[in-house]
Amino acid sequence: MKIEELRKLREKVREELKLREGVEPRVKIIVSMGTSGIAAGAREVLKALLDEVSKRGLKDVVVLQTGEKGLASAEPLVEVVTPEASVTYGRVTPDVARRIVVEHVINGRILSEYVV
Amino acid sequence: MVKRAHVLVCMGAGCVSAGSELIKEKLEKEIKEKGIDVEVKVIGTGCMGPCEKGPLIMVYPEGALYQKVSLDDVDLIVEEHLLKGRVVRRLLAKEGVKLEEIAAREIPFFAKQEKIVLANCGVIDPENIEEYIAADGYEALAKVLEGMSPEEVISIIEKSGLRGRGGAGFPTGLKWKFVRAAKGSPKYVVCNGDEGDPGAFMDRAVLEGDPHAVLEGMLIAAYAVGAEQGYIYVRAEYPLAIKRLQNAIEQAKKYGFLGKNILDTDFSFDVELRIGAGAFVCGEETALLASIEGRRGMPRSKPPFPATHGLWGKPTLINNVETYANIRHIILKGADWFRSFGTEQSTGTKVFALSGKVKNTGLIEVPMGITLREIVFDIGGGIIDDGKFKAAQIGGPSGGCLTREHLDLPLTYESVKEAGAIIGSGGLIVLDENTCMVELARYFLEFCQLESCGKCIPCRVGTKRMLEILERITQGAGRMEDIQELERLGKWIQQTALCGLGQTAPNPVLSTVRYFKDEYEAHVIDKKCPAKVCVALIRYRILAEKCIGCGRCAKVCPVKAITGEIRKPHVINPEICIKCGECKKACPVNAIIVE
Repeated sequence: MKIEELRKLREKVREELKLREGVEPRVKIIVSMGTSGIAAGAREVLKALLDEVSKRGLKDVVVLQTGEKGLASAEPLVEVVTPEASVTYGRVTPDVARRIVVEHVINGRILSEYVV
Repeated sequence: MVKRAHVLVCMGAGCVSAGSELIKEKLEKEIKEKGIDVEVKVIGTGCMGPCEKGPLIMVYPEGALYQKVSLDDVDLIVEEHLLKGRVVRRLLAKEGVKLEEIAAREIPFFAKQEKIVLANCGVIDPENIEEYIAADGYEALAKVLEGMSPEEVISIIEKSGLRGRGGAGFPTGLKWKFVRAAKGSPKYVVCNGDEGDPGAFMDRAVLEGDPHAVLEGMLIAAYAVGAEQGYIYVRAEYPLAIKRLQNAIEQAKKYGFLGKNILDTDFSFDVELRIGAGAFVCGEETALLASIEGRRGMPRSKPPFPATHGLWGKPTLINNVETYANIRHIILKGADWFRSFGTEQSTGTKVFALSGKVKNTGLIEVPMGITLREIVFDIGGGIIDDGKFKAAQIGGPSGGCLTREHLDLPLTYESVKEAGAIIGSGGLIVLDENTCMVELARYFLEFCQLESCGKCIPCRVGTKRMLEILERITQGAGRMEDIQELERLGKWIQQTALCGLGQTAPNPVLSTVRYFKDEYEAHVIDKKCPAKVCVALIRYRILAEKCIGCGRCAKVCPVKAITGEIRKPHVINPEICIKCGECKKACPVNAIIVE
């Protein structure tokens, strides 16, 4: 292995450790995963979010889950927390989840039609 | 795919013996069954620190630390935390309501620590070289090979003020300079991992939790002194450390960090493991070198020092595990950064194995110059059962004790030495009022006496005579001149023994005589043990006015020393009593006292 190869390898594997650094990420995407959330399809939403975040190589974003939020009728609920604001989306589908990542998290445009 | 959660299971020796391997297996199984194995990753790590609270599990990104996790708790963690995102508060090391409040780094045990050597311990998977690389692993080696001369490397280490972490505290850079300047070839680099102090496990934790850091330190040292072959000497009692080291060496070879033309440069270096057979004296460098050569592990007189006459008579650099683990950080972040921790003369951090009568025991890393009070009361959480701090035994069987008057003393190589102890390799045993200092001194001296290799008379015979005196005192047969005799013998042995083992063996005795002379006198003159520990000097007695005559004490007494009628005060026959203390435990009204 050459020195450049070592550094290239490090760039590749570094992402893995980010999660364990304990520093506050820029964006937190929190999926409500209570019983009603899961029943409404929150798990598929979570998977779509993770897939999109990882596909786009977003380094300052974490996907978290939380319990029941109370607003069962609007499940699955997804909350996006940025330094500027906290926005809660309702009736999120996997497709909407992907749009949240692209539109809101990357481009900073809130998808107002899904905000509860 | 990027995982949304990392579940770190502590695989340090402490947690492994508490069952963490089974817990990890079950976690992996359940996560798979629930179908979340694509989102959640399980990683085995090195020691996380609070060993007594093990098995430990840390879940990221929350940084929630679960303690004393049982197999039955695994369902709950998977179902509640990993599946539904609800932290299992019952198992948390710290109570909190909000997400930011449950992060383990905020709890006092971690808050006052400064992790440099242990930065990767409990965070990365020690069996996966790529995780080490991700954590800037082998970057210091790359930096050195890319454009630093051996002299530049040595100069940075010298400037950093790093001192040998094995106990003696010799300046590391200076040692490297001597080996570089020594004539003769080949030269060797040796890592001393023969950690033998009772209760100490700093090196074990580093070898188990971050083996590549030690290899990288050795590689940089080899480059600096001009060596191509290295040896790591580890004691056979550390099977897990040996396994992880072997694995690390194999991986490092595969990735090209060991062997010929490392990182495509002219530099070549290889490492072999040598397993010690469990003799304490082999931690002494000349004995260790003899053992590597295949001879009986006995020390020889110095000079000549190993720097000029080491393995097979060739110049040899020998440093301790923790010393090597510091190197890569100094190379990457610079000497000034390292000096920003600790004091002028004692720079950087020190790893301690905190044990004894404190609430939180385990492995800690603190900046040099921290006070004993901060270690015992902030990190350690104070004395168990809200007892009173009496002393701390620092430096293992070669060390001494620090007392209440030293609580605010900044711990540095110099200050601790002045107080009659040594920083040593990092053993730190906290003692409360229920510890007999004479018995403690006897225990440590007995250890050294058993481990004496027998080569020189002061150690072989001198420590034996001292031990006999101490045994006599703890058995109530001490004579007035005994205390003086202990001091006289102790000083002789310090001055005349051949190696460090013998020279330091009297330290625990001399230091307890210095600070707790009254306790020795109580044993000798009054034939009393103030801490009520020495069996020959105590007596169990039933207070007639308190005894309700329930008969429970008589029932549990294994030698039938207690007699009495039901509902009437019982009595203990001191002739028969073996002082096991079972009656005291059984008494419902605390009517039994120890005198």
